[in-house]
Amino acid sequence: MENLYLMMAPLFSSKLLIVLFFGTLFGLILGVLPGLGPTTGGALILPFTMTLDPLSAIVLLTSIYCAGTYGGAITAVLINTPGTPAAAATCLDGYPLAQKGEAGRALGMATVSSTIGGIFSVVVLVFFAPLLAQLAYEFGQPEYFALAIFGLTMLASIGDGSPIKNLIAGAFGILISTIGKDFMTSIDRFTFGINELSEGIGFIPVVVGLFAISEMLTQSTLLNQVFKRITLKAVKLPSIDDYKKTWKTILRSSGIGSFIGVLPAEGGTVASLIGYAEAKRWSKKPEDFGKGSIEGIAGAEAANNAATGGAMVPTLALGIPGSATTAVILTGLIIHGVRPGPDLFREQPEFLYGIFGSMLIANIMFFVFGFFGAKIFARITLVSNKLLWPMIFAVSVCGTYSLNQSLIDVWIMLLFGVIGFFMRRYGFSLVPVIIGLILGELVEGTLRQSLVIFEGNWLMFFTRPIALTFFILSFIALIFPLIKRKKIKND
Amino acid sequence: MNNVQNKKRANKSRSPFFFTDSFKVLSLIIIISSILLIVTFTFDIVPPILNRGIQPATFPKALLVLIIFLTLIVYFLSLKIPWKKEKKLPKQFFITLYNFILFIIIAKTLDFLLAISVLSFLVSYFWGERRIIYLLLVSILFPIIVFIFFETILGLRFPPGIITNIYYN
Repeated sequence: MENLYLMMAPLFSSKLLIVLFFGTLFGLILGVLPGLGPTTGGALILPFTMTLDPLSAIVLLTSIYCAGTYGGAITAVLINTPGTPAAAATCLDGYPLAQKGEAGRALGMATVSSTIGGIFSVVVLVFFAPLLAQLAYEFGQPEYFALAIFGLTMLASIGDGSPIKNLIAGAFGILISTIGKDFMTSIDRFTFGINELSEGIGFIPVVVGLFAISEMLTQSTLLNQVFKRITLKAVKLPSIDDYKKTWKTILRSSGIGSFIGVLPAEGGTVASLIGYAEAKRWSKKPEDFGKGSIEGIAGAEAANNAATGGAMVPTLALGIPGSATTAVILTGLIIHGVRPGPDLFREQPEFLYGIFGSMLIANIMFFVFGFFGAKIFARITLVSNKLLWPMIFAVSVCGTYSLNQSLIDVWIMLLFGVIGFFMRRYGFSLVPVIIGLILGELVEGTLRQSLVIFEGNWLMFFTRPIALTFFILSFIALIFPLIKRKKIKND
Repeated sequence: MNNVQNKKRANKSRSPFFFTDSFKVLSLIIIISSILLIVTFTFDIVPPILNRGIQPATFPKALLVLIIFLTLIVYFLSLKIPWKKEKKLPKQFFITLYNFILFIIIAKTLDFLLAISVLSFLVSYFWGERRIIYLLLVSILFPIIVFIFFETILGLRFPPGIITNIYYN
């Protein structure tokens, strides 16, 4: 009861409501614009959060996360281009349905299923995050090391990119985290005599470079692309018949999305693909999928928004990001001096339940904004790339510079922009780099501390039941994509 | 018979492996990783009493060996299933890239705000914007708004330069 009251606290704080309002609005705009999204948007907004108190800052980031994930559906339905990678599966049926003159119905279903998925996942978050945090009390350094390894091996099954390329990208991310003074012995590593590199490479320059600047370079190659826009009259709430057809799909996808979200490193993109595939598998009319099936839209959208709350579970309970955007949120927590993990649940419940409550409100807010404002948000895509990207560049450069007031951060951002462009061009996913970068210190730190505890005996890792379980799960995570590929080949 | 001829033609038209994207990209990764691996041997070694579990160089070494090993796997897989050929990069991509270099030069030598303005103008222009009012908006008005916003709200002090010095004085 007390927790419920804490959850409702944001409703009674005008400051938090204003933050939620702008966060949701900004998240929707980011979600609608192809190439941007909650990860880039979160990274760009991070320096601005320094002017806010920790709760408001994280509320701002989480509301961007929730609304941005939904916003991608608007562009997916109207211009057949996913605003965010998580909305890719929505294109498959959203756009064909819009082509049939039912864009309002398609967006109505996307809005309702996203909201239900999002709210479902907040309930999962409220129940499971404290349980997971309680379990984490049993964790020592070896267990955290095994958990981080599990999180990294999960990168193999991230949706875009081949498993091995994802692992290379993840290892690259960890390698970046080793740049600078070794945090245990103060020995310089990969600094090449540059003093500024002694502090290591910051998270923000890498994220902004990989996502915003590389996207700018990608856009420079797509200038002649013409989008076929479908005009939207108004968003229509689904009919009783549509609800009858889709309620099971929405519930199933909400469950799938929340579960996938909880798994370290997986996120909305994987969730929506699985949610869509399962909706097709269980449908009475699988032949309609890809031709404008309302169940297809519901399956993908409920799952990707359900992943938002799910992804926050390991982020808050263990400090292991559940997705790329939660990696940005995790950085936000650390910048504001909040250390995620079991102690946070014991010492600052009002902070945590404030976040839970805000996510709930953000889901309701984007429903209202989406329902009444989708037509306006759809117009944002009319802003020319020739004007939009130079402006994003200006914000990226100033935002990156602002954190440490260091020009080297700006150069690093540009360098990672170029690296990110070529990585994407040749099929290497960027998300593993971010997850690797944020988990790098944890992996190395816990490994070295564990070896001190074990007096250098590596085999001792396997004598710890929880660590052993995570290693077995890691092994499964590594071979799962191979089994999946073989199964697809056989089918 | 036709199939055999088609196959022969396909093999003939396929460029030698050394010229494929996969070979170039993966070789570059292996070369950079190998150089970095050599660099790790130059890291200081801590005495056993200060050593926390492993030497500071051990972890990066292991990572680089892993990257090389995984890249070799991708390399052999690409022999079996070749990568799809990427389209040639357009002129605008290289112009944008050159603009980044110009941005660095101007920001380092003249002024940070001026560098943003010049890049915004050139990118917008070379991407096809010709309306002068929009070019001015994107290259002058917007950077000034961003500058003032960061300066006043975040209390950020931008690096000295010909324009920022005028503002701060």
